[in-house]
Amino acid sequence: MANIWVIFKRELAGYFTTPIAYIFIMIFIFLSGIFTFYIGNFFQRGQADLLPFFSFHPWLYLFLIPALAMRLWAEERKGGTIELLLTMPITMPEAVLGKYLAAWAFTGIALSLTFPVWITVNFLGDPDNGVIFAGYIGSMLMAGAFLAIGSCISAITRNQVIAFVVSAVICLLFVLSGFPLVLDFFSIWAPEFIVSAISSFSFLTHFDAISKGVIDLRDIVYFISLIAFWLFINAILIEYKKAD
Amino acid sequence: MGVMVEVSHLKKTFGSFIAVNDISFSVNKGEVLGFLGPNGAGKSTTMKMITGFLTPDTGTIIVGNDNIAENPVAVKARIGYLPEGAPLYSDMTPESFLHFIAEIRGLRGAEKSRRVAEIIDKVNLGAVVNKPIETLSKGFKRRVGLAQAILHDPEVLILDEPTDGLDPNQKHEVRALIKDMAAEKAIILSTHILEEVDAVCSRAIIIANGQLVADGTPASLQARSPIHNSVEITLRTTTPEPINQALEQIANVKTVEKIDTREGCVTFRVYPSGENAPITDISHLARDKNWDVENLHVVHGRLDDVFRTITTQQAS
Repeated sequence: MANIWVIFKRELAGYFTTPIAYIFIMIFIFLSGIFTFYIGNFFQRGQADLLPFFSFHPWLYLFLIPALAMRLWAEERKGGTIELLLTMPITMPEAVLGKYLAAWAFTGIALSLTFPVWITVNFLGDPDNGVIFAGYIGSMLMAGAFLAIGSCISAITRNQVIAFVVSAVICLLFVLSGFPLVLDFFSIWAPEFIVSAISSFSFLTHFDAISKGVIDLRDIVYFISLIAFWLFINAILIEYKKAD
Repeated sequence: MGVMVEVSHLKKTFGSFIAVNDISFSVNKGEVLGFLGPNGAGKSTTMKMITGFLTPDTGTIIVGNDNIAENPVAVKARIGYLPEGAPLYSDMTPESFLHFIAEIRGLRGAEKSRRVAEIIDKVNLGAVVNKPIETLSKGFKRRVGLAQAILHDPEVLILDEPTDGLDPNQKHEVRALIKDMAAEKAIILSTHILEEVDAVCSRAIIIANGQLVADGTPASLQARSPIHNSVEITLRTTTPEPINQALEQIANVKTVEKIDTREGCVTFRVYPSGENAPITDISHLARDKNWDVENLHVVHGRLDDVFRTITTQQAS
């Protein structure tokens, strides 16, 4: 545990010693504002909720989270510091978790800085704050799942651009897996239960439920197990590809 | 006394390439073991296995009393490691970086601050502790790398080419630092600078094509040189032939070779027939015959030549 905390601190501080943190936060807030107020028609809808705010999060995360995750392991590989880190008296799960949790906490910081939107909607109307809170929880969980994918993909390459593109594509598949485009591809050859399994893998399905205020244990289990799965693969990939 | 590192029958392959093939050796406390070998011989791979970065295909590594296969964290805690090229988190400052290393090595509070301050002082980083590592010169970066390796006062120190790319003064500093610590640690360092072996190592191992081809003190490796204990004599003469013959008549001389002629001087190399260099006999002869001797000395043989002979034999 102590080692996870040490790695977590270094990693999180690392975001703030470079301009990455500030640029990321600025773009995140700027885009979520645009999505909410212009594309989401926040004002015209005349409803006191943050549905337009949250409904664009999957698309926002689609390219912002891989950008955040791409450096996690690819940078360690490129700089050779992976050798330094993994010859310290720590275990592989500690290294993977420490770095991952730092990136997740950073996303949390960025997400929490959207609080003016929450204040605005309370100022303008009388929203159900429980639903909004659930939306934030759901958004955080979804960001965690995107990050776990990004961290895992980042572990297989020393090239951050490759890490970014590949994890964005995989994230896109997870977002779209409830969409006909993806399902048609599988329904041609795969049995029905696989197709419905794939559609149940979609981020959108699970996120929509939570962001409407319905915190179902199954949705939470879905995101948590997805995170655990990708981080597990992440650790295995590093273990087997250390020498490259 | 006090075997700190015990490596036996280590083997590692990458695909069809055999990087390390059945290497065994041990290092005692107080020893500085030099790893020699051409590039790609398997030095770094061996070090990466001892430090727990790579897992060997077969073979065992025991550091202190811990087997790395059973208790990797305990082994890593005993070792200080400077990887090749001294990789560092370049966006950190030496100070924050060393605090990070100290914490991950389990140091906390006052003890941590004391150790970090001590190390910064020991490797002379005082002037740059608050500058980002990426802006530091190569010499300073290497010192930060060394600092993180010795921060927790490890029993075993493994340094992969610690002086590579440094200028002569910096090399000297690093070697002095290593020598300083030699008595209470077991140190393994790889290098392809042979003078370094002479300067700091108490023992040397030569690796070629993944195999251990020589293991001994630097002096005993030197003794493998074909010119070891031969005598070089330079004298001013225009008629070298009679001198050559006279040298060959000496009792314990095997052969005489004329190796150089310039500016009225001739240099002969005289090979002994036994163990000892025939320098006394030659100097007596020179005095008796009244030769005009410019230079007379025993050749110990160069490690470079031994290294080349051994490693190229291996290849062919």
